[in-house]
Amino acid sequence: MKEVEINSTTLNFGPQHPAAHGVLRLVVDLDGEVVERAEPHIGLLHRGTEKLIEYKTYLQAVPYFDRLDYVSPMCQEHAFALSTEKLLNLQVPIRAQYIRVIFAEITRILNHLLNIPAYAADIGAVTPFLWCFEKREKLLEFHEAVSGARFHAAYFRPGGVHQDMPKGMEEKLYNYINTLPKFIDDLEELLTNNRILRQRSVDIGIITKQEAIDWGCSGPVLRSSGVAWDLRRSQPYDAYDKVDFEVPIGKKGDCFDRYLIRIEEMRQSIKIINQCLEQIQPGIISVNDNKITPPKRNTMKKSMESLIHHFKLFTEGYRVPTGETYCAVEAPKGEFGVFLVSDGSSKPYRCKIRAPGFAHLQTLNHLSRGHLMADIAAILGSLDIVFGEVDR
Amino acid sequence: MNFIIKNIKSFALYELFLGMFLTLKYMFKSKVTINYPHEKGPLSPRFRGEHALRRYPNGEERCIACKLCEAVCPAQAITIDAEPREDGSRRTTRYDIDMSKCIYCGLCQESCPVDAIVEGPNFEFATETREELMYNKEKLLSNGDKWEYEISQNLEIDSPYR
Repeated sequence: MKEVEINSTTLNFGPQHPAAHGVLRLVVDLDGEVVERAEPHIGLLHRGTEKLIEYKTYLQAVPYFDRLDYVSPMCQEHAFALSTEKLLNLQVPIRAQYIRVIFAEITRILNHLLNIPAYAADIGAVTPFLWCFEKREKLLEFHEAVSGARFHAAYFRPGGVHQDMPKGMEEKLYNYINTLPKFIDDLEELLTNNRILRQRSVDIGIITKQEAIDWGCSGPVLRSSGVAWDLRRSQPYDAYDKVDFEVPIGKKGDCFDRYLIRIEEMRQSIKIINQCLEQIQPGIISVNDNKITPPKRNTMKKSMESLIHHFKLFTEGYRVPTGETYCAVEAPKGEFGVFLVSDGSSKPYRCKIRAPGFAHLQTLNHLSRGHLMADIAAILGSLDIVFGEVDR
Repeated sequence: MNFIIKNIKSFALYELFLGMFLTLKYMFKSKVTINYPHEKGPLSPRFRGEHALRRYPNGEERCIACKLCEAVCPAQAITIDAEPREDGSRRTTRYDIDMSKCIYCGLCQESCPVDAIVEGPNFEFATETREELMYNKEKLLSNGDKWEYEISQNLEIDSPYR
């Protein structure tokens, strides 16, 4: 009789594991402590966002985008606003473009200030987590001052932004944002040369140029492998063509490169925000078309026509011409795209969301094969997975 | 030479001590934590917290049951029934908000033409049971009476931007 020896162990990682960054269930086949196969099981946070949006007007759909990647809310809205504007063939006022870029970059810093310490915490450093949360809290105050909510902003609307920045905020933002480079230096002093972080991340989870492109990676994961691809640079939207910034790329494509790229992206974001604050001029903050933008409260209360517009916009919404479009933004995690199909009514016929985390998660099996079980936590942390957008 | 320095640094745990020194420096910096129930973080006038139904200064309730908030609510958390009152004016007979459905997007207060429904500055309304989160008109009006001063101040400050 032929003997068959099976010595692999199957292990469930998550869905309640703190290093799984949410509700990821991984079925891991182990040979001793070496990973042979890591299969992600997703869908535990599925909320049916895409289907829900088909039953919402374009304005009502905005808050749902905050809840996809809840670590970087404003970038999601940005993609939806851009694609709706493309269908409506709108030109957004210049001030709104700058405000959007400023807040998209604040969101990027927020996201990286969560991802870097969470990654460090996964591989053994707790202090950065506490430090970064203090800085995040300060940045979230700006989110709150401008939109009224710390995370679920609903601030970028098709046609512009909801409200103008309050008076004096530009100076406050300028003063605060320029204390951050010093903090990032401190963070780097603590982490970059630390031997524990290096041992746990250098040469772990290597992805080559070709593999990264084949797997559909984008953002820091793609750039870590050496591909200089950044949507802000290659197809600039809003005011990104008016600011000067550099796109950091890695050499090896390992976890350490991804960490370094995120650090550098924060510095570049600060640079972009500073330039925007210098260039921004007073002006209107959403398109001057009462068929799209609700009238100001003052006019609404005085003019009958404005009141009719107000009622129409908040009940039926605006009609969007028939057509389909795909617009993508460089979200902190990668290319976040919205594919919108309109049938001419006031609700989208279909809204497909392209989330970067979904594409990154599928590389996990490839990246973790041959590594130790403990490296899965490091790889997962460096891929920057958030389940809101993976499961949608 | 570089090689030797690198090795000496490595054996002396140079970068670890550097990190520890940095954390020691941070230890003597002023504290950033606040003593929560007694001290609270800053809130802007735009903050969207617990809902409230407001009244006019003469005590008359503002809501005219136009049902715009009910129509615009993305989560369909608001339910309104309306009938003419004895004096002939149109008012709500029922105004319910399911606070467990609400996503605090602020569209109701944006849509309200008479500034009746607002999201006030209160964020401490956690309850022990789910039922307590089904707000009715009475609860919302009492919220409005309780927070009227703060709400009117905030609306005043924010009015140039609305």
